[in-house]
Amino acid sequence: MATNELTVAVRYHAGVAVLDLAGDIDRDADAPLRHAYDRAVDDGATTLLLNFAGVDYINSTGIAVIVGLLARARRDHRPISAFGLGEHYRRIFTITRLSDFIGLYPDEDSAVAGRSAATSNPDVRAAEGATE
Amino acid sequence: MTRSASGSRRWSRWRPAFPAKPTDPPAPVPELASTAGGSGPGPGVVELDIAPNDPLLAYFTGGHGTVDLDGLELDSPALAALRAEGTRLAVPLVSQGELIGLLRLGPRRSEQDYSYDDRKLLDDLATHAAPAIRVAQLVRQQQAELRQRERIEQELKVAQLIQQQFLPRELPDLPGWQVAAYYRPARAVGGDFYDFIELPGGQAGIVVGDVADKGVPAALVMATTHSVLRADARGLASPGEVLERANELLIGEMPPYMFVTCLYGILDPPSGRLRFANAGHNLPYLHGEGGVTELRATGMPLGLLPGMRYEEREATLRPGDRLLLHSDGLAEAHAPDRQMFGLPRLAKLCGEPGSGEALIDRLLAELAGFTGPGWEQEDDITLVTLQRLGGTSAPQVLDEFTVPSEVGAERGAVERVAAAVAKLDLLPPARLEQLKTAVAEAVMNAAEHGNQHRAELPVAVRVTASAALLEVAVTDQSGDRPIPDATEPDLDAKLTGRQTPRGWGLFLIRNMVDELRTSGDGAHHTIHLVMHLHGHQAAGEGEDAADGNQ
Repeated sequence: MATNELTVAVRYHAGVAVLDLAGDIDRDADAPLRHAYDRAVDDGATTLLLNFAGVDYINSTGIAVIVGLLARARRDHRPISAFGLGEHYRRIFTITRLSDFIGLYPDEDSAVAGRSAATSNPDVRAAEGATE
Repeated sequence: MTRSASGSRRWSRWRPAFPAKPTDPPAPVPELASTAGGSGPGPGVVELDIAPNDPLLAYFTGGHGTVDLDGLELDSPALAALRAEGTRLAVPLVSQGELIGLLRLGPRRSEQDYSYDDRKLLDDLATHAAPAIRVAQLVRQQQAELRQRERIEQELKVAQLIQQQFLPRELPDLPGWQVAAYYRPARAVGGDFYDFIELPGGQAGIVVGDVADKGVPAALVMATTHSVLRADARGLASPGEVLERANELLIGEMPPYMFVTCLYGILDPPSGRLRFANAGHNLPYLHGEGGVTELRATGMPLGLLPGMRYEEREATLRPGDRLLLHSDGLAEAHAPDRQMFGLPRLAKLCGEPGSGEALIDRLLAELAGFTGPGWEQEDDITLVTLQRLGGTSAPQVLDEFTVPSEVGAERGAVERVAAAVAKLDLLPPARLEQLKTAVAEAVMNAAEHGNQHRAELPVAVRVTASAALLEVAVTDQSGDRPIPDATEPDLDAKLTGRQTPRGWGLFLIRNMVDELRTSGDGAHHTIHLVMHLHGHQAAGEGEDAADGNQ
């Protein structure tokens, strides 16, 4: 299996920046993810939604990339949630506790709805997760 | 025409049977082009035989146009016959140098001779009619061939349907055993079949057979044999008796000249004991510690003679042993130079280690190499393997390979491990995903931390399975440098910068596999990823999110 470099497209759905990820989440995912984040921030996005539907492979270096992105978003007070993760990687998000800080949704609509409901206090979920 | 023709117009078609020998009997005239839609000569048509060496044939095709038979001097039996019938004028219908018909005319009713105009008219007619008739002939011929082909295709389809109806839909699930089967029909279906029969007491009946004929009749005999064996197998504990009964029943059912070769065995999975009898079928090959042996038992094919007895033999398959049952299709395949694949080659290949699936793959690859591309398969190919999985002391190697110590190399390793594991269906999909992640992380660690991404040091991966365990061993060449004791990753610490974002590898591995061991020999370090194969809950299942919070 050849590696499949990550590309990220940014679009907006009901005021939420949706990052459509396509490819592998490994160490090489760092730059495209950071650039997409920068673009969304430049556009004035306050919340980010990661769409993993186009991702088939995530490894530990990719987890580190996501942790880096999440750390930055938390400093910026920009909540991140995600949808489109397969069963296996949902489990990995749970084991690593990433799911405590990144709301996981089954699909885009529920993610957007969930995000809108949480925007009044974007850090509520994360704060709860951290003190569990 | 009516004005000049006294006799009825008569057609005949003669096709020179090139390359015809003078000793050949005269070619009969099978059909007539002018009577489209009919089969065989229509009204007003007679068949005429002209021997290929009759000089009249050369004369007719020689471009003479309408021929007045009275003026012709040839030593020709056909000419004599034509004259005797009262033919005066013969108008050859010639297309591309081939005589495709003949217009024969008797004397004119007016008793006058045929005029120049008459002949000219006949010549013109022949010039125009010949190609048209030829086209009509070709069309009819093609239609007939098409019908014939369709009939044969139809029959093949029916035979295939019958045959495939009786092949098992799935392989039996025998604890501690790996069963694999492969069947590829020849285009003109042969009569191969195989079957697995569930028997009382957890025993399994195994059938491999071949009907010595092709097409629908063979498929029907195969179906009958299948039913007869199934009916008897459940009630009779002895393979010899089963074949004996089957023979008696089939004698009455079989068309003449048809017979069935068949091997029937009863396997007791826990002990590895196999009792078998053989009605003239290919001998199975047993691969064990002592190399390859043939399992021999004598007996006549089914359906030939009544009152046959079938010798019953017994073999024991020990852990790791592998049995191949096979039909003629493989051993009797021919290379373009007519050399046969042969049993010695097959026996030799059976001596190579590996799973039953791997053996089948190997045999098919060898066959493809032997026959070369574009080979038209001569006979059905059936291959069935039974392998007793090794005990914990003797795990069996499913795959062994190395990958370079470079970024991304883990992807290839994951794919190979997944292929080896999926082939034997050892893990449910979710557990296979876990193993894949663990393998990826282990290979990445070995390449990066163990081998420092040095190109000359590959990472070795070895996949083994026993009845109870699946193990992937990943070995680096880090010498005696100890594997660093990874700090337990703490997401809170990572998010607040007290820990690096990295350092998830070992944590992930531990959470993905059932057992994790490491070993080393001073030159290498090996990480052993172990999955339990039966009735095991996924490792880490039920852990909640707080587990990583230490």
